[in-house]
Amino acid sequence: MALTREQIENIAHLARLELQPAELAVYQQSLSSIFDFVGELDKADTANVAPMAHPLPGQSQRLRADVVTETDHHERNQKNAPQVAAALYLVPKVIE
Amino acid sequence: MSEWETVIGLEIHAQLATKSKIFSGSATAYGAPPNAQANLVDLGYPGVLPVLNGEAVRMAVKFGLSVGAQISRHSVFARKNYFYPDLPKGYQISQYELPIVAKGSIEIVLDDGAKKVIGVTRAHLEEDAGKSLHEGLPGVSGIDLNRAGTPLVEIVSEPDMRSAKEAVAYMKKVHTLVRYLEICDGNMQEGSFRCDANVSVRKKGAEKYGTRAEIKNLNSFRFVEKAINYEVARQIDVIESGGKVVQETRLYDPDKGETRSMRSKEEANDYRYFPDPDLLPVELDDAFIANIRTTLPELPDQKAVRFSSQYGLSEYDAGVLTASRELADYYEAVAREVPKEPKLAANWVMGELAAALNKEGLEVDSGKLPAARLAGLLKRIADQTISGKIAKEVFEAMWASGAEADAIIAEKGLKQITDTSAIEKAIDEVMAKNPGQLADFRAGKDKLFGFFVGQVMKATGGKANPAQLNELLKKKLPG
Amino acid sequence: MKPHLLSLTQLAKGLRAKEYSSVELVRGFLDRLEAHQPMLNAMVTILREPALAAAQTADRDLAAGRGGPLTGLPIVHKDLFCTEGVRTTCGSHMLDNFVSPYDATVVAKLKSAGAITLAKANMDEFAMGSSNETSYFGPVRNPWNTDLVPGGSSGGSAAAVGARLVPAATATDTGGSIRQPAALCGVTGIKPTYGRVSRYGMIAFASSLDQGGVITTSAADAALLMREMSGFDPNDSTSVDRPVPDYVAELDAPLAGLKIGLLKEFFDKGLDAENEKRVRAALAVYEKLGAKLKEVSLPNLPLSVPAYYVVAPAECSSNLARFDGVRFGHRAKDPRDLMDLYKRSRGEGFGAEVKRRIMTGTYVLSAGYYDAYYLKAQKVRQLIAADFKRAFAEVDVLMGPTTPTPAFSIGAKTSDPITMYLNDIYTIGANLAGLPAMSIPCGLVGGLPVGLQIVGPHFSEGKLLNAAHAFQKETDWHSRVPERFS
Repeated sequence: MALTREQIENIAHLARLELQPAELAVYQQSLSSIFDFVGELDKADTANVAPMAHPLPGQSQRLRADVVTETDHHERNQKNAPQVAAALYLVPKVIE
Repeated sequence: MSEWETVIGLEIHAQLATKSKIFSGSATAYGAPPNAQANLVDLGYPGVLPVLNGEAVRMAVKFGLSVGAQISRHSVFARKNYFYPDLPKGYQISQYELPIVAKGSIEIVLDDGAKKVIGVTRAHLEEDAGKSLHEGLPGVSGIDLNRAGTPLVEIVSEPDMRSAKEAVAYMKKVHTLVRYLEICDGNMQEGSFRCDANVSVRKKGAEKYGTRAEIKNLNSFRFVEKAINYEVARQIDVIESGGKVVQETRLYDPDKGETRSMRSKEEANDYRYFPDPDLLPVELDDAFIANIRTTLPELPDQKAVRFSSQYGLSEYDAGVLTASRELADYYEAVAREVPKEPKLAANWVMGELAAALNKEGLEVDSGKLPAARLAGLLKRIADQTISGKIAKEVFEAMWASGAEADAIIAEKGLKQITDTSAIEKAIDEVMAKNPGQLADFRAGKDKLFGFFVGQVMKATGGKANPAQLNELLKKKLPG
Repeated sequence: MKPHLLSLTQLAKGLRAKEYSSVELVRGFLDRLEAHQPMLNAMVTILREPALAAAQTADRDLAAGRGGPLTGLPIVHKDLFCTEGVRTTCGSHMLDNFVSPYDATVVAKLKSAGAITLAKANMDEFAMGSSNETSYFGPVRNPWNTDLVPGGSSGGSAAAVGARLVPAATATDTGGSIRQPAALCGVTGIKPTYGRVSRYGMIAFASSLDQGGVITTSAADAALLMREMSGFDPNDSTSVDRPVPDYVAELDAPLAGLKIGLLKEFFDKGLDAENEKRVRAALAVYEKLGAKLKEVSLPNLPLSVPAYYVVAPAECSSNLARFDGVRFGHRAKDPRDLMDLYKRSRGEGFGAEVKRRIMTGTYVLSAGYYDAYYLKAQKVRQLIAADFKRAFAEVDVLMGPTTPTPAFSIGAKTSDPITMYLNDIYTIGANLAGLPAMSIPCGLVGGLPVGLQIVGPHFSEGKLLNAAHAFQKETDWHSRVPERFS
C-alpha cells in the first residue's frame, strides 16, 4: 500500500513531528513497505475473536485507597524543565 | 412564534470530591501555589504509571445509581490522544467505548410546572487537565498542573432539551444531585462544576438534527442560558442568510455576551482513542454496587414527595424547599419545633428568611439565623402571643441583633392583648373620642367599621388581638 | 582466577570469604568498563565515584555481617531504568540531559538487596531497534567481533556482560530486546512473565509488551537477581500480586520427564543451517538429561511480527507524546509558536527509527484505520496467545532458536526496516502472549555465539531457569569469553 507524500505530512502533523524534505521521502517509502508487510494480518480469520488488550487473562484493575501521599516537590521536578518562571512551565502563548 | 426548534445536549463535568487525584496520591485541594500539587505521575514523567483511586469509582457509581442508570460490571479506561500544554502526557485518560455508567434519566420541572424527562446517555470517569495562565506573561503562557489528574465524572445527556431554560433546569438538577450525593462541591467559580453545550437548530417538525456547535467550559447557569440563546440566534441567522452552520468548538465570552470559534481546538481532532495498556479493566461485582446503594441519601425527588405528604405542602413549595440539602434540612429542623404549623414554617423559610439571606448573599447554613431561633418566633405566632404583622417586626429585630424572639417581644412589649376588658376599655375610649363617626356609623355608614378597627389598633399599638377586636366592635358599635 | 571471569554467585561467596573487598571488585570492573568503552561503546554513563562510595558502605556492611544477598556486587542498568540523581537518557537526544528524580522499582529493589550500580548501559533509542544502531550515543559493538552488532535493544547490557566488563546487567524486552542481544553476545538472558517485574520507572516503549529482566553469564546468576527484582508493585497496575518463588532453590530440580515442545514454525527456511545444528545439538543434551522432545505447531505464530509492528508502534506513539519540550527533555530554540515548539522539539529530539514508529503507530490508530490495523492486530494477538495455550497443554516448555542467524555487520540492515524487524521473528511471540522466555548460549557458528530459546507458560520462570541451569551444568558454552576479554 503506497502512502502519498501528503498522507505522510498529515501523519507527521498529527504526531507533531517536523520532517525535513529528505526525511519525508524516506518515510514515504519505508512506511509504505511497512503497511504492505503488516497487511499480512488480513490472512488471519479473526471472526468472533476478541481483541487482546492485555497479555495476562483474568486480571482486573486494583483500586487505590483515597489517601494523599505526595508533598510539594515542584522545585526538584522543575530542574529538568527547559523554561520555568514563578513555578510555572512556560510555553509560547496559547491562543484559544 | 419562530419556525425554528432548538436542540441542546449537555456534557457536564463534575470534579469528584476525593482527597487525592484519580491516578496519583497528589492532593486535589483548590488554590495551592502553582505546581505544588503536581507529582511525577501528574506531570507525565518518563516511567511513571497510573493507579486508580477507588473512591472516584465509588462516587461515579453513586451518581449512576441516583439516576437509575445501569452500572457497567466491566468498564475500560482509554487514552484520548492530543497535544496541548495543559495535558502533560499528550493524552487524557478517559473512558470511551465502555464507560462505568450507562443509560439513565433525570426529571426536570419546567416553568409552567410541567415535568420533562431528560435522558442521560452515559457518565464516565476521566482526569481533568491543568490550566494555562496568560495574565502578566508577555508573549508566553504559564502552565500550572495542579488540576491535572483531578477526577471528573463527565455526564453526557441526550439531545433532549429544547430551550436554554430547559438546559439550565437540567444542569441545576444535576448540580443539586451531585451535592446531595456529596460527590462534588458544586463550586462553579472554582470550576468544580462546568459544562459543554452542544447546540443546533432545525425547522420545526424536521427529523434530522441540524449541524451542532459545541460551546466549551460554561461555568455558571447564567452563562449557559446566555451562551445558548446567543448561539441559537447566531445559527438561525447564518441559515436564514443562506449560510451553513459549521460543526466546531466555540467559546463563550461573558464580557461580549457572544460565542466565538476556538481555532486552537480545531487542530487535530483525530483523538486516536485506544484502551490504556497501563490500566486494567475495572470489574465491579454486585456486592460492590449493592454496598454503594446502601450509602445513597434520600434524593431531592423522594424528599419533595415526602415533604408534600408529611407536611402537606404544595408540590411547588416542596420543590423549592428540597432544591438544596441544606435548605431541606433547615426547613425540617424548623418544622420539627412547630409540628402543628408546617405550612407556616414553609412560608417563613421561603419568604422572610429567603429574602433576608438573599439580601446579604448568605447561605441558609451560614448560622446567621439558626433554625431553632426562627422556630422560636413561629411558636409565638402559633400561640397567638403576637400577630403575623408584629412577627415581621420581631423577625427584623432578630435578624439585626441575633436575639431570641421572646426576648425581643418582652423588651419591646409586643405581646398581643387578648384580655377582653382591656380591649373593651380601648374601644370605649375611641368611641368617646369620635362621637361624629359613631353617629354616622349608626346612621348606616357601615364602612366606618374599618375606621374604628384602625383607631383601636392605633391606640393599642397594634397589639390588640384582631379576631377579638372584631367581635367586640360588632357588639359595641351598634349601641 | 580473575574476578571478572567469575559469576555473580561466585563473587558473592568471594566477598563473604573476604577474598576481595567490594571496593576492589567495583574498581576492577569500573576499570574494565572505562578501558573498553572506546572499543565497545557499551555504556552511556559510568558512575565511578558514586559506585566506589557505595562499595565502601558495602564493605562496612559485610564486615558488620549486615547487608542483603547482593551486597557489594556490581551491576549496570539499561539506560531506560530511571535512576535517582543520575542522567537517564533512554539512548535518545530527547533525554540527553534528563536527570531522573526517582528510582525505578527494579533499581530500588536491587539497591536495597545491596547491588552497586556501576553505569548506565547504551541501548537502541527508546528500546526501538534490534542492533543497537539507533542509539543517539552511537552503536554498541559486539565483543566477539567489533565489526558486528551486539543485537538490541539491550545491546549495551549484553555486550558488557559478554565481554565480562560487568557480571550482570538489567535489560528490557518488548519484542526480543533481552533474548536477541543475549544470543548474539553469548550470554544468558531472561524476559519474565508480563507483570512479574514492575514496569514503574522503566521508560515505556510499548506498555502491554515491555518487561524488565536481566542479562547474566549464567542461569544461576539470573535466578539470584530475579529473586530480588521480581514481585508485586503497588505503583504498577499491571504488576501481579503473587508470591515470588525462590528461583535459586529450584535450580537443581531434576529434568527427567520434562516435556519439551519443538516449535515447528521456528525451524523454518529463514533459520541458518549451522545455527539450527547448534540448537539441535542442545536439544540432544536435554534428551540425554531425560527430557522428551515433541514437535508442536503454532499456526498463527508467523503473523506475530506484523501484529507486533502494529501494536508496539501504536502504544509507542502515545507513550512518547509526553516528550513535548515543556516539562523535561529537548526543547527547540526560539520556537515561533506552540506548534513550532512541539514539532521542532520532537523532530530534533527523536531519531529516525523512533520517528518511524511514532508515525506508524499514529497512522494505525487514526480515524478510519483503527479497525483495519490496531483492532485486527489485537485479535491476531489473541489467536497467537491461544496457540501457545494449546501448546502448553501438551508440553512443559517450548524450545527453538533465539535468532535466525548469528550477529550481522553494523550497517547491514539499517536501510531496510523490514529485514531488521525480522530479526525478532522467533522472540516476538512470547511478548504478545506475555510469556516468560530465556535465551542461553548453545554454541558458536563461525566463532560467533548463537542462542537456544526456552519459552514457558505464565509464571514458569522457575522451570525455565531450572532447565537452563541443567544445560549449563552439562555444557560450557555460557562460560566462553571472546579472546581479548578473557
